[in-house]
Amino acid sequence: MSDRSMLQVEGLTFRYEDMQMVFDLTLARGQCLAVLGPSGAGKSTLLSLIAGFEKPLSGRVLVAGEDVTQRKPADRPVTSLFQEHNLFAHLTVEQNVGLGLDPGLRLDAAQRHAVAGELARVGLEGLEKRRPAQLSGGQRQRVALARSLVRDKPLLLLDEPFSALDPGLRLEMLDLLRQLQAERNLTVVMVSHNPQDARRIAGETAFVCDGRIVAAGPTEALLAAREPAALRAFLGPEAG
Amino acid sequence: MPWWLPAALALTVVAAVVGGALLALGLAAPGFDFVGNLADAYLWRVVWFTVLQATLSTLLSVALAVPVARAMARRRFPGRGLLLRLFSLSLVIPTIVAIFGIAAVHGRTGWVNDALAFLGLGRADYLYGLTGILIAHVFFNMPIAARILLQAVEAVPPETWRVASQFGLKSRDLFRLIEWPAMRTVLPGAAGLVFMLCFTSFAVVLTLGGGPKATTLEVAVYQALRFDFDLGRAVTLALVQLLLCSVIVTAVLRLAVPSTTALTEGRIYERPDTGGRIGIAVDALALLVTIGLVVLPLAAVAVAGFNPTAAEVLTRATLWRATGQSLVIALSAASLALLLGGAILVTSRILRHRLARAGAAGRLELSASLILVVPPFVLATGLFVLLRPVADVFALGMPLVILVNALMALPFVVRFLGGPMMEEAQRHDRLCQSLGIAGWNRLRLIEWPGLRRPVGLALAVAATLSLGDLGVVALFGSQDFATLPLLLYRAMGGFRMSEAAVIAALLSLLCLVLFLVIEGGLGGLRRRDNV
Amino acid sequence: MHLSTCLLGAAAICFAALPAGAADKTLTVYTYDAFTSDWGPGPAIKEAFEGQCDCTLEFVALDSSIGVLSRLRLEGENNRADVVLGLDLNILAEAKESGLFAAHGVTPDNLQLPIAWRDDTFLPFDFGYFAFVYDTQVLADPPKSLRDLVEAPDDLKIILEDPRSSTPGLGLLLWVRSVYGDEAPAAWAKLARKTLTTTKGWSEAYGLFLEGEAPMVLSYTTSPAYHMIAENEDRYRAASFAEGHYMQVEVAAMTRSTDDPELAQQFLRFMLTPGFQSTLPTGQWMYPVIDLPEGLPAAYDRLVDPAKPLLFPAEEVAAERKAWVEEWLQAVSE
Repeated sequence: MSDRSMLQVEGLTFRYEDMQMVFDLTLARGQCLAVLGPSGAGKSTLLSLIAGFEKPLSGRVLVAGEDVTQRKPADRPVTSLFQEHNLFAHLTVEQNVGLGLDPGLRLDAAQRHAVAGELARVGLEGLEKRRPAQLSGGQRQRVALARSLVRDKPLLLLDEPFSALDPGLRLEMLDLLRQLQAERNLTVVMVSHNPQDARRIAGETAFVCDGRIVAAGPTEALLAAREPAALRAFLGPEAG
Repeated sequence: MPWWLPAALALTVVAAVVGGALLALGLAAPGFDFVGNLADAYLWRVVWFTVLQATLSTLLSVALAVPVARAMARRRFPGRGLLLRLFSLSLVIPTIVAIFGIAAVHGRTGWVNDALAFLGLGRADYLYGLTGILIAHVFFNMPIAARILLQAVEAVPPETWRVASQFGLKSRDLFRLIEWPAMRTVLPGAAGLVFMLCFTSFAVVLTLGGGPKATTLEVAVYQALRFDFDLGRAVTLALVQLLLCSVIVTAVLRLAVPSTTALTEGRIYERPDTGGRIGIAVDALALLVTIGLVVLPLAAVAVAGFNPTAAEVLTRATLWRATGQSLVIALSAASLALLLGGAILVTSRILRHRLARAGAAGRLELSASLILVVPPFVLATGLFVLLRPVADVFALGMPLVILVNALMALPFVVRFLGGPMMEEAQRHDRLCQSLGIAGWNRLRLIEWPGLRRPVGLALAVAATLSLGDLGVVALFGSQDFATLPLLLYRAMGGFRMSEAAVIAALLSLLCLVLFLVIEGGLGGLRRRDNV
Repeated sequence: MHLSTCLLGAAAICFAALPAGAADKTLTVYTYDAFTSDWGPGPAIKEAFEGQCDCTLEFVALDSSIGVLSRLRLEGENNRADVVLGLDLNILAEAKESGLFAAHGVTPDNLQLPIAWRDDTFLPFDFGYFAFVYDTQVLADPPKSLRDLVEAPDDLKIILEDPRSSTPGLGLLLWVRSVYGDEAPAAWAKLARKTLTTTKGWSEAYGLFLEGEAPMVLSYTTSPAYHMIAENEDRYRAASFAEGHYMQVEVAAMTRSTDDPELAQQFLRFMLTPGFQSTLPTGQWMYPVIDLPEGLPAAYDRLVDPAKPLLFPAEEVAAERKAWVEEWLQAVSE
């Protein structure tokens, strides 16, 4: 593998209830990969394995050429964004972002400055003292994005981050994500069940079914080819 | 710190105390013959009765706790908060006080019979016998079971209720589809706890059981240890009790279903089934039974406290010194229990949540409660034999009482804190892992704000339990060390029943106040506007 | 683990720092806690003895009479006691067998007991009789004998204590045995039908009786004296039984391991003087074992004076107790 690859997943196996999963995947630095697939196919499990929330039975995960399979989630050069529960309800916006810099929330002036800067970058200036309950759904995910930015990890994993948002808001967030990815040269893996998400921001797409990646390639080509049959079934009738 | 270490440390303390005491006593017994001690018809008759009364008591307590928890969950009425606090009181007042409270209500000349006579229905003699045992065990245990169940029902997310009202589910369906599944996750644990408490019942069974037909294994252990001074037999019987309880409670825990608590967006609670006449009638009946079985005996204790000796008793310096010592013991024991319980739960939560080994987690939590089935006099004697060669046991009175009381409170801490800690993990565990928030930071920033309410409840239960416990203190024999329950027993032993009644009422009031202060002070305002 | 160790350590330090006491000599007396409670005889006795011995009298209060003996047996020769106070006559044989007691060397020439006392190890310090106490407002015509009670109609309810866990309970067991001999099981079967409940200890039984749960309770002939003296209440009386009443005798002894036998002996001698004995009628609610110069309180004149004290030799109790308890258990469990 070349040193350009940011993420290598090699023969990663996992068992969840009755499903045996095997994943192989390579992703170059600065690329954005969409992971599509029906519910229960193993998309989120793949992400959990990369992030380190689940331990694989065998196989390796390499990030930036380094084997991180045995490392704890926080020690991997990876940051995660979930569909929900990204924020601590009892902490302010500022504190929630600050946790990305120091898990004990003891921030110096420079760090506080960085927090304010990233909040501004995601368009949340002036909302530092709010609590999550006082924000809209889109604003909450922006807070989580700001925290991903302050953590400054090269690999960003997103698990259906915007699927709960209105269509307009979702597109807005996807665009913001694309801008940030380009600006910071981030490598992004985003799990979604919506092909539109893939088209909007991902150059590459992998299709997961029954615990395996059954098709992968450039997004447009993959979605146009509609092969294999499982992908066709997932995408639905042609016109849609 | 490896994930298993906290529980390992906590269990070491439990094992050291329980195992050390039993082992020391076993070694001190000349010619200890485990099998020989078992060949005894009397023993097995007693075992049979013990299992029978404990099973019946548990079934009845839990069966009543279900409608009571349901009524408490869906009704808001004046005095509901007070009733909940009183629920925690019945378990913690000394047995002998409870017996008198129950007799004052249900006895031959009790309130119920007075009322019946007033209505011209004649008197009913129903207290002494199996009924009496069941009434008393329901008094002690139904409230705590109801509180555990209530906690589970209140954790049902409001989305579920919203969906339910959308489909127009009837009250019965709501119970079947929503509340019962929620209760089932905690029911086996609650039943196991109640079973252990009933299994080891001593004075209640003898006094209200009506005669020596009603003898529990605990009585047989007492007889062996104190009356016959047969240490080997006492240890054997204590082990039989320990093994039997472990086997039965483990079997009960097999009925446990893993919690499926969905995560929730908020806590605004709107139930669709507060109307309906049948529902109201059923809930009213459940609450009425609760009042008859739980509140009235407590009221009788309070009423008995208002007697002419009160003024004199309440101005005694010894009383207030004992109150002070009781409070020190209660608060220290509760803190220690919280520490140990937290340690066990940190590990069991990882077993459940990250490693998906709910069975192992359940057994771990169970092993923390085994001290409940070791008779206190065996524990005290064993500890005495164990520690005497290395320390001055007289001087160790206070710390030993704190340690033993903490271990006695441990199962309750585990019960009340387990659910919320698990829920907290489901909500935040991944996020904390991914951000590397661990150890002290996680405790301070994440767990404490989310858990202070259940921590307050657990701490309050532990403290009041310890406050009302006679514990091992009486058996160590130390002159300058007195607690309120000890004063109470002494007063009763010296004819001074009315003075004892004053102390009992004071003790109950103190429990109530302590409960309110701890639960209110630590719990703070509920802020559950989650994301 | 850590916290508890710290607590233990801290407490040990605190206790070690306490002053050892005013006088150099300390006499340690193991007894049960009713004896040392505020209203028991303990405080007055401590004051009186310390006034004449130039020593500190330290009571170690255990939960019961049987608890005192079991503590002593657990400790063996290493016990801290100089004197043991409050053993029941019925456990004397076991106590003697333990070999932990020394001969008292006191000549108790002023003893006024209804029985002859010849033990060279144990000295009696008080005594009483078991009796059924009844409420005169409910029961006008109490049974006149144990047989009367046994044969009374079953709606006469009585409250008893369990012989496996209480002294009065064991007392009644021996009482029935001494009146009925081998017919005791049949008598017990009849008593069982009148028994409202059998409690763990005296406190539960007497408390339930005072609550009005039953008109009769197993207690002592001296119990009414408490109500007359402390409460000015005439309502409760003991029923006088024609066969006589079973006796309870409480004894004391010095340990073999005492490091100051003279002081222990001094205490035992003091025990048989008015300074000790006069605290008993209204502290223990038991009879003193000597004639008090001031006599007994007036209320004592109105108590039942048993025609005949009943008592088994301690050796016989020790030998038969287990079988008798078993026999009782069978009879009342039918």
